[in-house]
Amino acid sequence: MYKIVDKKQLNEAVELMVIKAPYVARKCEPGQFIILRADNNSERIPLTIADYNREEETVTIIYQVVGYSTKVLYEKQVGDSVVDFVGPLGKPTELKKHKKVLGIGGGVGAAPLYPQIRKLHEMGVEVDVILGGRSDEYIILEEEFKAVTKNLYFATNDGSKGKEGFVTDILNELIANGEEYDEVIAIGPLVMMKAVVGITKPLNIQTAVSLNPVMIDGTGMCGGCRVTVGNEIKFACVDGPDFDGLLVDFDECLRRQNMYKEEEHSCRIGLEGGQNNA
Amino acid sequence: MPNMSPKKVQIPEQDPQIRRKNFDEVALGYTLEQAMEEATRCLQCKTKPCVDGCPVNVPIPEFIKAVEDGNIDEAYSIITKENALPAICGRVCPQESQCEGRCVRAKKGESVGIGRLERFVADYIMSKGNIEPKNIEKNGIKVAVVGAGPAGLTCAGELAKKGYEVTVFEALHELGGVLLYGIPEFRLPKSLVAKEVQSIIDMGVEINKNVIVGRSITVDELFEEGYKAIFVGSGAGLPKFMNLEGENLNGVYSANEFLTRVNLMKAYDFPNNPTPVKTGKRVAVVGGGNVAMDAARTAVRLGAEEVYIVYRRGEEELPARLEEIHHAKEEGVIFKLLNNPTKIIGDEKGWVTGMECVQMELGEPDDSGRRRPRVKENSEFILPVETVVIAIGQSPNPLIRQTTPGLSVESWGGIIVQEETMETSKEYVYAGGDAVTGAATVILAMGAGKTAAEAIHKKVLELQG
Ligand SMILES: Cc1cc2nc3c(=O)[nH]c(=O)nc-3n(C[C@H](O)[C@H](O)[C@H](O)COP(=O)(O)OP(=O)(O)OC[C@H]3O[C@@H](n4cnc5c(N)ncnc54)[C@H](O)[C@@H]3O)c2cc1C
Ligand SMILES: Cc1cc2nc3c(=O)[nH]c(=O)nc-3n(C[C@H](O)[C@H](O)[C@H](O)COP(=O)(O)OP(=O)(O)OC[C@H]3O[C@@H](n4cnc5c(N)ncnc54)[C@H](O)[C@@H]3O)c2cc1C
Ligand code: SF4
Ligand code: FES
Repeated sequence: MYKIVDKKQLNEAVELMVIKAPYVARKCEPGQFIILRADNNSERIPLTIADYNREEETVTIIYQVVGYSTKVLYEKQVGDSVVDFVGPLGKPTELKKHKKVLGIGGGVGAAPLYPQIRKLHEMGVEVDVILGGRSDEYIILEEEFKAVTKNLYFATNDGSKGKEGFVTDILNELIANGEEYDEVIAIGPLVMMKAVVGITKPLNIQTAVSLNPVMIDGTGMCGGCRVTVGNEIKFACVDGPDFDGLLVDFDECLRRQNMYKEEEHSCRIGLEGGQNNA
Repeated sequence: MPNMSPKKVQIPEQDPQIRRKNFDEVALGYTLEQAMEEATRCLQCKTKPCVDGCPVNVPIPEFIKAVEDGNIDEAYSIITKENALPAICGRVCPQESQCEGRCVRAKKGESVGIGRLERFVADYIMSKGNIEPKNIEKNGIKVAVVGAGPAGLTCAGELAKKGYEVTVFEALHELGGVLLYGIPEFRLPKSLVAKEVQSIIDMGVEINKNVIVGRSITVDELFEEGYKAIFVGSGAGLPKFMNLEGENLNGVYSANEFLTRVNLMKAYDFPNNPTPVKTGKRVAVVGGGNVAMDAARTAVRLGAEEVYIVYRRGEEELPARLEEIHHAKEEGVIFKLLNNPTKIIGDEKGWVTGMECVQMELGEPDDSGRRRPRVKENSEFILPVETVVIAIGQSPNPLIRQTTPGLSVESWGGIIVQEETMETSKEYVYAGGDAVTGAATVILAMGAGKTAAEAIHKKVLELQG
């Protein structure tokens, strides 16, 4: 059992949890994820490691309540436990010592983006970040990002914070203004990452994305998380989750991610919250 | 005078029409009377050819004699001296090519039903619930075991019997390896796996679930934590695909994913359980081994109307256990032998609508001794299906070899060991089971676990001087 030592609601549908998990906390690096089961009747759900504390042996996750299992998790209180918590899974992000990097985080995608940006900042890389969300409320980790970025931009669908529109609108503007980035790191819903690559690919700007296909074991055993990258089949849980965005077959990813749409719907017992949103 | 009936005492089974709709066990097992009667068919051969066929050398005639005498406790203790998982082996071992294959009685009529008797003894004792955990004196020496499949559990049990402080590290949230997430409930009830696993834990083995060796902790770090030897029983969990066009369409599964969803995550009970599985009306399973049979029979139970086994060789060459092939046929699985898929076809939304296949014919034997299949010209046809399950084998997961410097592996990923000891190229690191051989059998994995336990014991004693 893995004890929940802290929890904080970031907005209506997004919550941060700090969980005691010695094995994971001792070893994890930015870009890696865990799989947890909230209770004995829950699915195995993958969540990115948003932060960790090696001394306290804790791991921070930030998750959006979208369906059955995240709802069960959400109902847990400090002092309760989750039954399973395994990791760290996936490959750590390979952060290069570029001069200038642009991070793009959509919705809860800001959570996995943060440790990478922080690390880049520590490495002396100049970083700008665009955060996107449905509205002001859905922007998370603003203060944290502020501390490690040169320029922090916002885009919201309703214009309640920053620009009204999408993160890609800001990206286009930055490029039009002559900003040059050695790499873009985009993490968010698949549609957002696809749209970002739609802009960066013609300009041949290196773009890293973090894929989140449906997973079960997370150890390379089931093959359910397979994605096509540069015409090769990769298992996102062991070969990723970070990939070269310019090579990813996003349409296939989108299609495969929706494989269980109907079933998940039938499982979403009276739940508000909906899909990740950028 | 032994019972000279040419046939085994029949084992009661669920009617095929009924069992097609449930996940309950197919074979119901002998009663005490039936078991005692079957036991009288054994000739008690002095040469014990059956034992030679058993990878862990269960004293077969001796335990059968005890059954004949109605002394089931005695039979149990004879078996479990050599085999810690008799209820499992009695159900899933390929007896026809092992003990029963060598049985003298098989020369005229059917062999003695050794597997059925083994299963009976285990079930009988477990139903009485009187397996006493033995009090074992600990020697304070720590050994780590990676993986809670049959190889790892056997090695752990054997070492615990000798007094070692054994810790098993398992990646998943449940114990049993393939016994749990691969082999379906209707062939191997999970409650039974849990009981046999518990009997090993009761010997004083510590279990550490949710730990992935190579990610959560490395082999070298285990040594730093004071483990004197490490046994790697991580299995062959990496599914093979065929690199066919259309293999990533929605509706194409690896057998591992399909079976894991159903067995480990109980998708057959969706939506009472939150993990779903999709099975179309028509399902094609590619492959001809136990894994393929399990996937096909699972699809039948999930409600598919037509289920095909698509296999590129003939009936003779099917690698699955005979009993499972027979059961699959009874349940209505359609065997498309000498057929090979060439392409998976989908609709505009990316869902499978069919599988293009070609017919095959058998040529000369290849290196494996099996006749090599070759394509018949102009024999393409489309099998209309909504689900495709690829069950053509697994190779060892690369995680441990990638994170353990000094560990030699074969080009296909199998860990290289010295056969007599199961020691790898890295001193004090042992390996066995599917991680070494590639996908094989439960009993071979157990045999390897036992051999390694013996060797570890010897080596660690040497270390102690
Ligand atoms: C490597 C990785 C990292 C992730 N990191 C985060 C994170 O930091 N924060 C966060 O909020 N979400 C993250 N996700 C997504 C998160 O796993 C899903 O939102 C969660 O599994 C939904 O579970 P549910 O039962 O509540 O919802 P469901 O109703 O089951 O599903 C809702 C949506 O989640 C997707 N989904 C369902 N099950 C899985 C699964 N096992 N794996 C992946 N996607 C699934 C579905 O396609 C669907 O779109 C990550 C996913 C992956 C693969
Ligand atoms: C569907 C199916 C049907 C089968 N039917 C039969 C049959 O009828 N008869 C028969 O004899 N054999 C059958 N087999 C084969 C048999 O199950 C295997 O040969 C046997 O289970 C191998 O045992 P193992 O202990 O080597 O590995 P596994 O059973 O694969 O166990 C390995 C364990 O190690 C864990 N693990 C892996 N990597 C790590 C890591 N890095 N850290 C921690 N833990 C890890 C895994 O999660 C797993 O629990 C079947 C296999 C399948 C898939
Ligand atoms: S070979 Fe057959 S008959 Fe002979 S001892 Fe073994 S089980 Fe009995
Ligand atoms: S989640 Fe099963 S192989 Fe990646």
